[in-house]
Amino acid sequence: MKILVCVKQVPDMEGRFNPNAAGTWFDEAGLAFRMNDYDEFAVEEAVRLKERLGGEAEVTVLSVGPDRVIETIRKAMAMGCDRGVHVRDEGAAERDPWQIASMIAGYARSRAYGLVFTGMQSLDRGSAQVGVLVAELLGLSCATTAVGFSCDGGTATVERELEGGAKAVVRLKLPALVTCQLGLNNPRYPTLPNILKAKRRELVILTPDELGIEAPLVATAGFSRHERSGACTVLEGELDGLAARVIDLLDERTAVLRRGGGR
Amino acid sequence: MKKALLVAECRQGRLVADYAELPGFARALGSESSMVLVGYPEELPRFDGRLHFADAREYGEYNPDVHKRLVLRAVEAERPDYVVFMHSSYGWDLAPRVAAAMRAAQVSEVSGIGDGGFVTGCCNGKMRRTVRPLTPCAVLTLRQGAFHAERGGEPRCLPLEAEKAASVQLLRYEPPAGGGIDLSRAEVVVSAGRGVGRQEHIELVRALAEALGGEVGASRPVVDAGWLEHGRQIGSTGQTVAPSLYVACGVSGAIQHVAGMKGSGFVIAINTDRDAPIAEVADLLVAADLEQFLPVLISKLRS
Repeated sequence: MKILVCVKQVPDMEGRFNPNAAGTWFDEAGLAFRMNDYDEFAVEEAVRLKERLGGEAEVTVLSVGPDRVIETIRKAMAMGCDRGVHVRDEGAAERDPWQIASMIAGYARSRAYGLVFTGMQSLDRGSAQVGVLVAELLGLSCATTAVGFSCDGGTATVERELEGGAKAVVRLKLPALVTCQLGLNNPRYPTLPNILKAKRRELVILTPDELGIEAPLVATAGFSRHERSGACTVLEGELDGLAARVIDLLDERTAVLRRGGGR
Repeated sequence: MKKALLVAECRQGRLVADYAELPGFARALGSESSMVLVGYPEELPRFDGRLHFADAREYGEYNPDVHKRLVLRAVEAERPDYVVFMHSSYGWDLAPRVAAAMRAAQVSEVSGIGDGGFVTGCCNGKMRRTVRPLTPCAVLTLRQGAFHAERGGEPRCLPLEAEKAASVQLLRYEPPAGGGIDLSRAEVVVSAGRGVGRQEHIELVRALAEALGGEVGASRPVVDAGWLEHGRQIGSTGQTVAPSLYVACGVSGAIQHVAGMKGSGFVIAINTDRDAPIAEVADLLVAADLEQFLPVLISKLRS
């Protein structure tokens, strides 16, 4: 079986975000980039499936973005993907989900993948659209938010996570696309020998035009820092003083210390 | 006047109560509205208007291929400017399917209306975008709790039908893995987030909970890493808590976590990142390294 896994490189969310000059997305200066958390679970599940199937199963990892995303493709290969596809697109960060999906579908359309894995959403844009759109464009069956996955012959069984932690167990006909939720598996850490091996694996570079990128369906009219609505007091300084302030505030604002806690 | 088609949902035999935020959104937008539901005749929404209705006993609860066709039938009937879902496990799954079929713009997890577009959070809640659809009809999903719930009287039901062939089949539901831990009545909850950094630091969180006479909770990455039991997860896919004191240790404050603790009384966040979105719901943010600060705080509490 041929397996495709789609990954996105995103900034570390602990970084400080500033709007770019156009005010349409963030300025990348000073941000550290890494593989989207959800996509690590997608890569791991794709590689596990390949390992279970053995034989001729193979996994292709695809990422759309500027040259920095090669690092993420190499990481996925070090986790066990056999080949990489880099859709080199300097403008990827500001493409809408429909455009990204059109490129992925453009690549996958003639390649007969039995299973496609994606993360359920990205940490930065968080639209939760791309995977489902790819499935619709390719006519694949699709389930989102997978926290459990198994595959047997012509069907896949997916545990979908629901509100409150309940699950819906669903069966999909193959070919299928599954969007992966956090906790689906335990993504492996690439080992040094595998990191070295990944450097020798095939990496194909394609352009958005070759893959038939479509025109956008939405435009960004503004991008700004989220102004806090609450009145949060920020305390910093030396630790003893901080702890004393916290205890004073606990005493002032809660009954916790009077109830016997802290004694 | 613009028209909105609102998509309500049923899960495990029940109408999902959040549906009432859909008409609240339509009012905020100043649009007319109609509704569509694949559900149960004894679980109808209280909505003043047309309800395009298909019976879930016939068309299933989670049955995306078929529900897509049913929603598209309602779209044909209503010719709306907006098709609006809640951003739920049902909505984020079905909305892009409907959008793709219509080649319509989609804006996900809308939390506001303004500046010529729809406002949505991004970058883990640190930033916000205003997004303008470029197609005549747009598909939207709404952030839970962002718009006022609004209920009306009896809807006017119009039957919906569609072909039933499907490539996805719901086999069964499984209950949450609670493990018998109930944090909902705890007076004090001290929770550990990804920012605790290492499994060993969970002991510091435990010690603080003990010193405050409280329970230990966790955000999702911590239970996924196996550092604490799944039953201690707080958030939209875990438990909902409302203690009088909530201490968030290294919790960034993703929307999904906040959904489970926003009813807490006094909220203290301990985080090295002053911009962490947890500050949105915290009364106090202590900008400090947990590994250094917690031992000092614990020893002062004990003395």
